[in-house]
Amino acid sequence: MISLKSINTFGKYLILMHRTFARPDSLRMFFRQFMREIYQLGVSSIPIVLLISFFIGAVICIQMKLNIESAWMPKFTVGYATREILILEFSSTMMCLILSGKVGSNITSEIGTMRVTQQIDAMEIMGVNSANFLIFPKIAALITAIPTLVIFSMGAGIAGAYAIGLFTGIMIPADLTTGLQYEFSQWYVWCSIIKSLFFAFIISSVASFYGYNVEGGSIEVGKASTDSVVSCSVLILFADIILTQLLMQ
Amino acid sequence: MIEIKHISKRFGEQTVLDNVSTVFENGKSNLIIGLSGAGKTVLLKCIVGLLAPDKGEVLYDGRNILKFNKKERLMLRREMGMLFQNAALFDSMSVLENVMFPLEMFSEKSYAEKLERARFCLERVNMLDAQDKSPEELSGGMQKRAAIARAIALEPKYLFCDEPNSGLDPQTSLIIDELIHSITTEYNITTIVNTHDMNSVMGIGDHITFLAGGRLEWQGNKDNILDSNNSLLNDFLFSSDLLRKVKERGNK
Repeated sequence: MISLKSINTFGKYLILMHRTFARPDSLRMFFRQFMREIYQLGVSSIPIVLLISFFIGAVICIQMKLNIESAWMPKFTVGYATREILILEFSSTMMCLILSGKVGSNITSEIGTMRVTQQIDAMEIMGVNSANFLIFPKIAALITAIPTLVIFSMGAGIAGAYAIGLFTGIMIPADLTTGLQYEFSQWYVWCSIIKSLFFAFIISSVASFYGYNVEGGSIEVGKASTDSVVSCSVLILFADIILTQLLMQ
Repeated sequence: MIEIKHISKRFGEQTVLDNVSTVFENGKSNLIIGLSGAGKTVLLKCIVGLLAPDKGEVLYDGRNILKFNKKERLMLRREMGMLFQNAALFDSMSVLENVMFPLEMFSEKSYAEKLERARFCLERVNMLDAQDKSPEELSGGMQKRAAIARAIALEPKYLFCDEPNSGLDPQTSLIIDELIHSITTEYNITTIVNTHDMNSVMGIGDHITFLAGGRLEWQGNKDNILDSNNSLLNDFLFSSDLLRKVKERGNK
């Protein structure tokens, strides 16, 4: 019964995506929506990404110092491990999990409210492909914005780690710098960016799906937002396992 | 002109519309009236193509919408304007952007011409001063007027209004009714209004279709509706004590 419902939901999702990826009725309006979404989903997320990444970078550095440093380990290990954690998992997967809460619930509640207040019906009556007009720019905008957010997150995380070394004196900044630069692989940054593109698609399309199919009133919109965040998080975690296997082999 | 022939619609075991046929003429305010649950909204949705009837035909100037393919249906929708019960203005846009929306999506005109058309529509509904406001800054009546401006932006041949006076005070309701009626006659639009507001019935009812239990019970206009002998219609019209007493006095 559960699997039948899942297949039904997945079928509805595919139909919605089929309607979404059509040629826009007006490219000018599409571009305007796209720029609006870049600001709303991407630019407005920069402060929270910088803040969280800076503090998590600092905390990871402290934890590494306390837990793995010993007389048998080179002193640069703390910086090295901090960088690898930040680049490989935190700035892509964990940041996208956080963004699925902020951006995903924003998308679901916006589209869901449009549904229950008949704004989507109004578009359909005009002959506008509402899925294409509302969802396509969101997916395109988030996929465009997410690599920048990931790179900002890496930068802020490393800055947080370095700040701890510099200002608290728990370790010598030169050792940290050596660790942060040790055996740096550019591919790991690309892995992170590639993963984030998939996560961006999951967040924007799944959150839009939940919003677009809301029936009822404000309570249902709230429930759809919660369901969307839960589904996005689970899908991101599954996708992370598969993508990490594929990209890191 | 819109003609519906023998429209029937069931949801499960429940018959919502039962063999309804009527004609909605150009340049007239065509009202669909009836109690809640009488089938008005389902009939309107069947007419605009949001629901497919189980039986019957919906003819737009002789063209059967039910036989249209997807592209033809989309083209027909560009000839329609619709005013929703809660106005349904796009809340991420200003009033002017709302009216510009259908023009931006479908009109081949230059930007200056679209802007001129949008401002003309806002002027027509006396909303030009509020063009830069967002929908939440407007009163219910102003939202309805802005929605009318948006609905007529593409010069539609068909205008549909679902409970246009819902949530409005009687005075504002009259303004909205007069606006709908004057636009209908001025541009020779086929207008269908779904309502149970008696002021609308007596004010702009050029053609009235009364539904009860999914069946067409009576047709007429505002001039002969009070003379009807249809008991269901009379129960609907004189449902309040005040109106019943007025009628009894009139009969005396």
